[in-house]
Amino acid sequence: MSAPTGNTYSNTETLVDTQKNKRAVTALQTFGRSLGLGLYSLFALFPLFWMVLISFKSDREMFNTLFIFTPTLENYEAVLLRTDYFMAFFQNLIVSGGAVLVTVVAGVPVAYALARYNFKHKEGVAFQILSFRFAPEIMVVVPIFLIFQNIGLLDTYLGLIWVYQLITMPLVIWVVRGYFEDISVEVEQAAQLDGYRWFEVFIKILIPLIKPGLVAACLLAFIFAWNSFTFPLVLTGFQVQTITVTSMRYIASDTVRFGQVAVAALVAITPQLIACLFIQKHLVRGLSFGAVKG
Amino acid sequence: MASMTKKTEKHPGGINYNEIPRSVRLRPYLIIAPGLLVLIGILIPFATAIFLSFTNFSFRMPTWEFVGLRNWIRAFQNPDFFHALSVTLRYAFFAVTTQMILGTLVAMMLRKDSPITRILKVALIFPLMVAPAIAVLIWQLMTSNSVGILEPILRAFGVYNFPWAAGHHTAMFTAVLIDTWVYTPFIMLLVLAGLQSLPKSPFEAAQVDGASPWFIFKTLTLPMLKPYLYIALLFRLMVALQEFGIIFALTRGGPGRTLMNLSMTGYEIGFRFQRLGESLPYLLTLWVIVNIAAQFLVKRQRKAAKEAQGY
Repeated sequence: MSAPTGNTYSNTETLVDTQKNKRAVTALQTFGRSLGLGLYSLFALFPLFWMVLISFKSDREMFNTLFIFTPTLENYEAVLLRTDYFMAFFQNLIVSGGAVLVTVVAGVPVAYALARYNFKHKEGVAFQILSFRFAPEIMVVVPIFLIFQNIGLLDTYLGLIWVYQLITMPLVIWVVRGYFEDISVEVEQAAQLDGYRWFEVFIKILIPLIKPGLVAACLLAFIFAWNSFTFPLVLTGFQVQTITVTSMRYIASDTVRFGQVAVAALVAITPQLIACLFIQKHLVRGLSFGAVKG
Repeated sequence: MASMTKKTEKHPGGINYNEIPRSVRLRPYLIIAPGLLVLIGILIPFATAIFLSFTNFSFRMPTWEFVGLRNWIRAFQNPDFFHALSVTLRYAFFAVTTQMILGTLVAMMLRKDSPITRILKVALIFPLMVAPAIAVLIWQLMTSNSVGILEPILRAFGVYNFPWAAGHHTAMFTAVLIDTWVYTPFIMLLVLAGLQSLPKSPFEAAQVDGASPWFIFKTLTLPMLKPYLYIALLFRLMVALQEFGIIFALTRGGPGRTLMNLSMTGYEIGFRFQRLGESLPYLLTLWVIVNIAAQFLVKRQRKAAKEAQGY
């Protein structure tokens, strides 16, 4: 595309006309854009609003009211106080948090090595790590089930935390690697000249520099682990219950209590929604495993 | 930035690799060892999966033996296998196509900066944070014919008792609808990032030349967005091909076998019928499909990225 070289004024007579036209087109475009955005926003956000609404509806008013009713907390009481749902919430917190913790300790150094050192098969190792994330979970879980059965990790926190590494580790390694690459080597060399040893450079200089990105990657990994369904469905049962699997007991049956379904869903998604507010700026980079540096 | 690393290492005179102390040369391997160990522990299952697909392993029997290719032949002779394959591909096709178009459109509409778009850019991401299985719960509240809001709306248009997930012809639509609700923001986010990265000058030039918006989109925006679109497509397709949570939560593959994709069929044979060995050809086939799709798209993405830089 070459830049225009200034002979656009040759059709001055029609300029006024086209400007009027242009204004009409722009108005139409703005209208269309607003309409489209409005419709899509309704589609994306109304289900969440509806869920919140229903969570406050009593069983008496469930079927004969739409928007106007007397709000009640009875569904919250029923789900949070009279069942073990909150336990599942808490256990999910332990498992997802534990998984992220292990990932940070073992994965961040990997990210550093992949960013800074040149060694044999580096790209191969990096892609292998990424490919774990996209192997069908249901396929991976079959043999893991057998292995866990043999070594007694079935239905334990440790087992689930370990398997969740398949979800959290590739994400953190790939995203954090990009953040390390963004820091110029000179920073490290300067620190080394000041007498820091390499691991001191790593902990005292580099980690503080990438902290925002690292925190964002961890929160996103936490969300993915929190949302995991296949692994806990197959690998846990009575001892460890995660919220995604436990919530399935509220799914369609003839005697379904919709108010409680709403509370169950609302409780299960609250941590992610809060976490997502903190990491917006880093979300694109995280979701694309560092491929898009948005 | 990566090139910078290389530059400093190829110092004037070059580095004699053997002059570097052994401890320094081994350092990278040492650093990645703990992480790799954790992952390799999990890698064993991949090999085990392939191995087990040649056995008649089952939870019901204490012993197992080699059966050669029997599981594979049985799977390929089973009409359920091809049905599952077709469901997998159709589901991925419908879901991903809808989301790519819708996500790109929404991103284009959000491009203009205003207080409203700034709020929407955050709020519209919310569905993406919802676990697919939970999304099914949320949509149950929408589509239920007793408490759902969609029922009275459809009634106003003369549609009564729309069957949603319970109908043979509407189950796929319902699943794809929920999938679209969850994942459209993903495409939207990546396309928005792509739009922000576009250089201004070619667009200004085109506008001065009086090019129509469609022409600008077709010849400028789209080619320059392509690398981003391919990344979005790559990640989205890999997940959609394996979708399990939504279908499991929605109908467990029903009504009948309408939604039994490869993941669901593998799960059914392996864990409900407890014949692990027989389930693996289904799941390994899925793995191969995902890999082929990924490799194809990675190649296309690289090509598109090169072309986009040529502008």
